[in-house]
Amino acid sequence: MLKFLARRALLAVLVMLTVLTISFALTRLSGDVAVAMAGPQATQQDVDTIRKAYGLDRPLTVQFVSWVADVASGDLGRSYLYHAPVGELIRSRLPVTLTLGLTGLVIALCLALPLGIVAAMNEGRVLDRGIMMVAVLGQAMPSFWLGLLLVIWLGVKWQLLPISGVETWDGYVLPGFVLAFSAVPALMRLTRGGMVDALASDYVRTARAKGLTRFSVVMKHALRNAAMPVVAVAAVQLGFMLGGSIVIESVFALNGVGYLAWESISKNDFPVVQAVVLFLATIYIALTLLADMFNAVLDPRLRIS
Amino acid sequence: MPEAPLLDVRGLRVRFNAQVEAVRGVDLTVERGQTHCVVGESGCGKSVSSLAVMGLLARGAKRSAAHMRFDGQDILGLSDTALQRLRGDRMAMIFQEPMTSLNPAYTIGSQMAEALTRHRKVGKQQALDRAAELLTKVGITAPGLRLAQYPHQLSGGLRQRVMIAMALMCDPELLIADEPTTALDVTVQAQILRLLRDLQAELGLAILLITHDLGVVARIAHKVSVMYAGEVVESASATDLFAAPRHPYTQGLLGCVPIPGKIKRGDPLGSIPGTVPRIADGFTGCGFRDRCAHAMPQCAVSVPQRDDGAGHRHLCHLS
Repeated sequence: MLKFLARRALLAVLVMLTVLTISFALTRLSGDVAVAMAGPQATQQDVDTIRKAYGLDRPLTVQFVSWVADVASGDLGRSYLYHAPVGELIRSRLPVTLTLGLTGLVIALCLALPLGIVAAMNEGRVLDRGIMMVAVLGQAMPSFWLGLLLVIWLGVKWQLLPISGVETWDGYVLPGFVLAFSAVPALMRLTRGGMVDALASDYVRTARAKGLTRFSVVMKHALRNAAMPVVAVAAVQLGFMLGGSIVIESVFALNGVGYLAWESISKNDFPVVQAVVLFLATIYIALTLLADMFNAVLDPRLRIS
Repeated sequence: MPEAPLLDVRGLRVRFNAQVEAVRGVDLTVERGQTHCVVGESGCGKSVSSLAVMGLLARGAKRSAAHMRFDGQDILGLSDTALQRLRGDRMAMIFQEPMTSLNPAYTIGSQMAEALTRHRKVGKQQALDRAAELLTKVGITAPGLRLAQYPHQLSGGLRQRVMIAMALMCDPELLIADEPTTALDVTVQAQILRLLRDLQAELGLAILLITHDLGVVARIAHKVSVMYAGEVVESASATDLFAAPRHPYTQGLLGCVPIPGKIKRGDPLGSIPGTVPRIADGFTGCGFRDRCAHAMPQCAVSVPQRDDGAGHRHLCHLS
């Protein structure tokens, strides 16, 4: 178990280093940052001043090393747009994004798991086909469109739920649902696939031969084995939800990390862009690591090898 | 008047879809405390018959029978719940694949315990105690350690012993064993067979054993049914069947077993030409006729059931 974890952690560190390099390179590759920051009216002198002030006149390697060193000591740099430490910016917006992502994940799992299980138990029948068809339609539907539809019907026409802001808890329902919607098809298909295999397995036949109830056979013996790929993908989906909530946050006017990322990219606030990319990647890596650990709990075979 | 058999199946049929009938009118009886072996090639319907008795057929398979009685009780018309209560309690089953028949995600102890807690009002600890006791009985040392282990930590032979111990949790009257030794090493096979025989003597178990191995039959069977293409073509006491096989297929099967001393090194091994046919609807006559050396024109029309009055029955025009 320790060896397993150590290997996973080492892998995570390597991925981290790669992300650091890429996020640094991307902001530098997208053009001369100093020129972009100075704006179209700036003189060459302004540009030079900015370049010096932000240390952009130093060789790239020096910039990279000093940035990595800063990041390692917890300093993510300063936003030139907000004139505030980037770490603080992210921290202040994190609760919104985190709540939104978790709401999305919970809604997604609450829909995907039962639907996948029911589909698997009725494999090949009308119910199964119906569920799968809805899944395909769901996968094809763009989330911004669904978001707008929900805003129009549930928010404006019927006035059931707030359509923007998160002053009250129910402000998370609509955006959470839209976020979940894109994750449901994949999670459901995985659940269904895993359950179909598990239900046809020898150990499920053994469980039935013991006279266990249908509920126990399905929920205890089959689901635990089918859950592993679902856990792995759910973790990745949560990563998507946290990082990819840009569209949802702007549709529903939520001031989260996604909105910050969009804003900083469009205003060329490169310290923020760098930091947000790094931050989201870190969350991603942490989630994957967490999923690996959770799978080791589910599957005893992973614990030794 | 002899006691009614523990398991009494008449005219069992299993159909997988509109075209294929895998089991075509099989009769099986298992007496209390005895072993009834069902022998046959792959695809003859022997495993399907045993699964049909347990009500464990895959979805889509349909079973029917003239009657199917367990201890005098009709089990054909039982509801799912009633059948669940019977399974694992009074009739238990072990399978061919010990490597995959245990759930990889749960410990041996938890899987064994739930067999008892499902059917009896006992606590988890009591169930674990019972499991440890049975593991010892099936010849597993350090049962306490084994109970805490996961299936992947055990060898195939150990896992089959665990399966047997698990099947015995509720003290069943009938044990159905579907090729329990096929996936195991020869030495382990012999151990498992000896174990089954000892358990039978000790607990008075009735065993329905499915196998393709006549060596297994010779060691353990009281009664034998030979299946071919979904039918029982011959059924007799083990001594009768080995001494005087009547059906050409049984004779062929016995001819395939090399006997040391009788067959010289380098002699060709016996075999039956051809394979088990898929029997489509509307088939008449004898399923074996295409592979039979004694086939006659009337074999394509019908096939009589012959009975010598002493429990030796076979399906053939030849007597």
